[in-house]
Order: sequence, then structure tokens, then C-alpha cells
Amino acid sequence: MAFKIVASQCTSCSACEAECPNVAISEKGGTFVINPKKCTECIGYFDVPQCVAVCPVDNTCVIDNAYPRYQAAR
Amino acid sequence: MHASTQQGGGTGHLVNIDAVMQQVAEHKGCGTTGGSGKASCGSSAGQNDLPPEIWEKVKNHPCYSEEAHHHYARMHVAVAPACNIQCNYCNRKYDCANESRPGVVSERLTPEQAARKVLAVASTIPQMTVLGIAGPGDPLANPAKTFKTFELIAQTAPDIKLCLSTNGLALPDYVDEIARYNIDHVTITINMVDPEIGAKIYPWVFWEHKRYTGVEAARLLTERQLRGLEMLTERGILCKVNSVMIPGVNDQHLVEVNRAVKSRGAFLHNIMPLISAPEHGTVFGLTGQRGPTAQELKALQDACEGEMNMMRHCRQCRADAVGLLGEDRSAEFTTEKIMEMEVNYDLEGRKAYQALVEEERVAKVAAKVEELAGLDGADADISLLVAVATKGSGLINEHFGHAKEFQVYELSAKGAKFVGHRRVDLYCQGGYGDEDSLATVIRAINDCHAVFVAKIGGCPKADLTAAGIEPVEQYAHEFIEKSAIAWFKNYLAKVASGAVTHAPRGDAAIRQGALIVAA
Repeated sequence: MAFKIVASQCTSCSACEAECPNVAISEKGGTFVINPKKCTECIGYFDVPQCVAVCPVDNTCVIDNAYPRYQAAR
Repeated sequence: MHASTQQGGGTGHLVNIDAVMQQVAEHKGCGTTGGSGKASCGSSAGQNDLPPEIWEKVKNHPCYSEEAHHHYARMHVAVAPACNIQCNYCNRKYDCANESRPGVVSERLTPEQAARKVLAVASTIPQMTVLGIAGPGDPLANPAKTFKTFELIAQTAPDIKLCLSTNGLALPDYVDEIARYNIDHVTITINMVDPEIGAKIYPWVFWEHKRYTGVEAARLLTERQLRGLEMLTERGILCKVNSVMIPGVNDQHLVEVNRAVKSRGAFLHNIMPLISAPEHGTVFGLTGQRGPTAQELKALQDACEGEMNMMRHCRQCRADAVGLLGEDRSAEFTTEKIMEMEVNYDLEGRKAYQALVEEERVAKVAAKVEELAGLDGADADISLLVAVATKGSGLINEHFGHAKEFQVYELSAKGAKFVGHRRVDLYCQGGYGDEDSLATVIRAINDCHAVFVAKIGGCPKADLTAAGIEPVEQYAHEFIEKSAIAWFKNYLAKVASGAVTHAPRGDAAIRQGALIVAA
């Protein structure tokens, strides 16, 4: 799976963009979006997903069930 | 970039903060004429005793000098949207053009747009001397955008002073960068030095890739804030501390905060009332946490004043405010409008205009000093507040019905002292008769004995008089302090002759709602 941003809750503050270790986040249509192909749920980088930790609005960066869980390479 | 080195002096130069504080105290009490104002000042030291680069730093800064704020304007550019902490008095989702409070903007700018906007405003408003970055998030949580903006402005408008306002979490990491860009002033918002209290104000902080909560978060924040403050003052960068007064949470504690920041070299402390209307959607707004009354705020500011200089003219402005404090001309300078404006940055013209402002300022101080004579023998027990309607320049030059705020002065045997301001909705929108609005104004200045205006209609005049507030029109377009002292002498004479019985007045309300911009 990857994370996604609930557009209706996003304040466009851009805090997540700079924190993403995969450069998966960009601005699109006034709010920010996560590229699911690049998102690793921060596995391999940090203990917690950075977008979730920095987002000022709770439950805005959430797991996107449309994608399988990310598997770290072994 | 070379040009920017003209204004700041060497970054390695250490500054004697005690001397600066002494000078600022002098400056606040006496204005620009130095030792001439002995009657109202403890010290006769003047600007000539101050290192010139420090005097230059404070004298024209509306946010740092009460006296300068009548004459000089500031602007904020909203280039820093991201934040690294969460505060219970802030909700970034709420964004309304009619609202005036920190953390709120109408549009966000790129550094290039911001530089363009600064030039456009400086060309239109020659008394605009200060550019600040205050958000809407935290400038140091957006370091690339913040410092790029400073760099561009230093290149194109080297005479404009740069400052920033931060929560302090990231501050220790950027002190060298702040010094490198010749940033003159830094404001740190410090609401507590006790993590137990901090946990009631800050739900979390984000630091080094992790979200911290509770007491741990507050401890981290206070340690970083105080270290950042020490590092800045060691480098001679002037620091102001902002604190939000939250009754029942940190109101008593702010005396301790005041001592902590003073001992670390902050030269000015600004205690502001909590803004917490439910419609703002902040945690404090939703839980019904109230803000302080005017009397509570003043009592705390007075209690801290023995320790250090207190700022009382803060308007808690938006992160994209433009103009004199208390006015907001940001709607004139939207991105769309500035892109169409013909910008002609006239450095010499700005200097000439500012020289005229200086003359006006000196005249104002001279007038006040002159009027102070004869107040020496006044009844030391009588001290009262008066409200003033002003558009700036230190003059009583606003119509009662047009005033969006009133400035409040304390009059006593020591003279006239600015102690605060009260925001009111526009009461007059073309005529008289809206009694609810008038009631709002009376509530806001209910602790005042008189209100000085350029003009006032018959109806509100009668209502004010009935409420025990004397409307004073006779000093229209004259200097505020001189007029207030003249009125006070007359008042004392009436008390002495028995024509008037002096009685204290009640408390007043600090306005919590949105400032409605005039159509």
C-alpha cells in the first residue's frame, strides 16, 4: 500500500512535501498528492510515515487501500 | 547582495544588550530627542550613546518601537506555509479575508512573487521600512523559501530591514544563516518555560523526523527556544519575545517566562491576549477557553514591566499584513495587482520622505516635552486611561465613527504613557444610528475617562457622556501626547476645585471576533 492525502482536508501547507524521503509528494490542483508508485510508507527510512507525523490535520495522510502493502527489499 | 552589507554591520560584532535595553527604554519614553525628555524618563542617556548600527535597528521599526509605530509601516510576505508544531490557539484551515490574526493569509507567495510585492509596496508606501516573514506557518520550517526571499529583497531593496518571527523549535539550527542574511530582528513566541504548562498549549511538535507529544514535546520546544534565544543575543541580533496570555493556563506563569527571557538577553516582551472565537475552529476556541479582559492583560504587562520593556502596541496582525500597525492594505497588493503595477524603486525618494517623517516625529516629541512642564506637582494618586482615535503620525486625526481601533494612554503625574489599543468594528458606515455598534465601542473603551477624536456626531457624543466617557474634540489634528497631558492638567484642576469628583472606571472587553475590512 501507499499513503494518500485526503484532498478535502489538505490545507496545502506543503509541510509533507519537504519531509518525504522518496520525493513522492507534489502539488496538484491546489492541494498535495502522493505518487503511489514512489511511496514506501517510509519503510527503510523512518519508524513513522513522515507525512502523517508532520501533517497539521489529523487523518489527512491515510493508507490507500487500492495498493498492496509496500514490501521492503531484502 | 553586496548592497546588503551596508545596513547590518559585521555579524561577528557583539553587542552590549544592557546598553541596548537602556536605550530602548529611553527611546520608548522620550522619542528621538534623547536627553531632552528627562521629566518622563529615568535616564538622560540619548541616541548618541548607542552604537549607530543598533540605533538604526530599532528606531524605525514599528514592531519594536511603540513610538515608531505611529510613523513607519511594515509588511509581511506569506512565503512560509509549513509548520513544525501544533498550537491549541491556531487553526490553519480557517482562511478568511475579513479576519485578522496570526497564521492566516489570503494567498501564498513564491520568493520571487514576494520580492516583487515588497518592491511594489515600498514604491507606493515610502514609510514602509520593515519586511517580516511570519508564516502563515513557521519561517524556519520553510528555510529555503524564507532565506531565498530575504536574499532577493536584500539585492533589490537594501534599505529595508529584515526580520522574522518563529516558534523557535528549529531556531538553533538556523542562527548562523540568520546572521549571514543580516536579519536585524527575530521574534520568538514563547508561551511557557515549564513543560507541564506547555503540554496544555502544544499537542505536538515535529522534530528530527518524529512527532513528539505531551510534556516531552513541550520540554523539547522550551529547550530549543531558550537555546536559540541565547545564541541570537550572543551574536548581537535583537530578540523580541511574544507570549500569548491564556487565562488559567499560563497567565501567572508568564511572569516567570518574562524573567527567563530577560536573563537570556531578549530586549522586548510582548504579551498578547489569546484570540479564541469558536468560529476559528481552534482547540481553545472549541473548548471555550476565554481570553483575558483588558484589565487582566494590563495588570500582567504592568507586573512584568519592572523586569523589562513591554510591548503594548502589537496588533496580532496577519502573516500577509501591509501598512501601519492597525491598518491592513494587503488587499491593494494581491499578486494579480502587483504583476500589473509599474514598479519604480526610488531609494532617494524614500529617504527624502523618511526625513520628513523624522521631522514630524521630533516635533511631536518636542510638543510633548513642552506640555509636561507644570505636571510635576500633580496629584500622584490620580492615574486614568483615555482612548484616542488616530490614523497615525502621532496625531488625533480620526473621526470617532471611522475608527477601527482606539489607542489607550495612561495619564498620571509622570505624563502620558501608551498602554494598549482596543479594536472595534467600524461603527460608522455612512451614518449614525447603529446602537449595537456603539455599544461595542463603549464596551471596548469602558475603562477610559475620555475619548479623543477629530470629530464626533451628536448622538454618540450623548451616549458616551451618559456612559461616563467624555468625548473630547477640541484637540482635533493635534499631537496625541501633548493634547492628552493638556487635558489631564485641566482635569486635575477641576478635581482640585471640586468641579469634578475623580472616580475609577470599570473593566473593558478585548475584541475577539474578526476585523471587518472597510468596503
